[in-house]
Amino acid sequence: MFIVILFIFLGIGIGYVVRTKMAARKTVIASLTAKATTWLIWLLLFMLGLEVGSNEQIIAALPTLGVEALLLSACAVLGSCALAWALWKTTKERRKG
Amino acid sequence: MKGSLIVVGFFILGLLAGHSGTMPEWVLSSGLSFAALCALLLCVGMGIGLNPDMKSDIKSLSPRLALLPVATIAGSWLGAVVACTLMNSGICTIFQPRSITDCLAVDSGFAYYSLSSIFITEYRGAELGTIALLANIIREMITLLLTPLLAKWFGPLAPISSGGATTMDTTLPIITQTVGQRYVALSIYHGFVTDFTVPFVVTMWCML
Repeated sequence: MFIVILFIFLGIGIGYVVRTKMAARKTVIASLTAKATTWLIWLLLFMLGLEVGSNEQIIAALPTLGVEALLLSACAVLGSCALAWALWKTTKERRKG
Repeated sequence: MKGSLIVVGFFILGLLAGHSGTMPEWVLSSGLSFAALCALLLCVGMGIGLNPDMKSDIKSLSPRLALLPVATIAGSWLGAVVACTLMNSGICTIFQPRSITDCLAVDSGFAYYSLSSIFITEYRGAELGTIALLANIIREMITLLLTPLLAKWFGPLAPISSGGATTMDTTLPIITQTVGQRYVALSIYHGFVTDFTVPFVVTMWCML
């Protein structure tokens, strides 16, 4: 996990150097970065599908266990969003006052 | 919405390719997905570094927002209690009765499906482990697909809360695309804290 964090900071460093030292190429590099980000997201989702699809056990159990998993995850998302909304509301009120 | 459909399209494409067995073995075993994840984070980092407003973005966020991981964790547990009540109420015959700690353990994965499913398989067996894997993959998928809607309905913090432990890597790009670069720091901080708690809280619920 720490290697992953390391890459974020490496990227921040490269981005900072590009912005300050290579200002002329900044826009080109920024648009390339955005494009690469999109393609990498697609690749990773494809890989996730590949992993699930090639696991016979999970595929066979999908119909029954999947419904339970869907209910559990939907409730967790809704609960989290409700409290995040409450935190957002109270933070905003404070800032106003 | 078009972007989300393309994402689902790639997932389904992978599902079909994996199921049909047309992909060579090395694709999954070579660590390609880890390399891709690292490359993705390098790009995300570059996006941050290239953005000159980063410093003022962090300063403009209220310190109270540091409580967001608490909202995420408590909210997930609240959801687990509701889900457990629904399962045991006999509303739908598909659902088998589950214990409250089973439900809490699964929802304590906070979308960190690899680690939480390994832990739960170890403590409670492969069946609940599979549910944990699916539930937490679905949670990541929900965040990737519904981030614009969640932000619209519940405000800019909701996609971060929904993303759980993944908001510092896989769901970070889609979140910042939707709610703006000024939430990058909060999103990474939130992912880091939530990710760190997963092994502890999953173990806690499995032991009870």
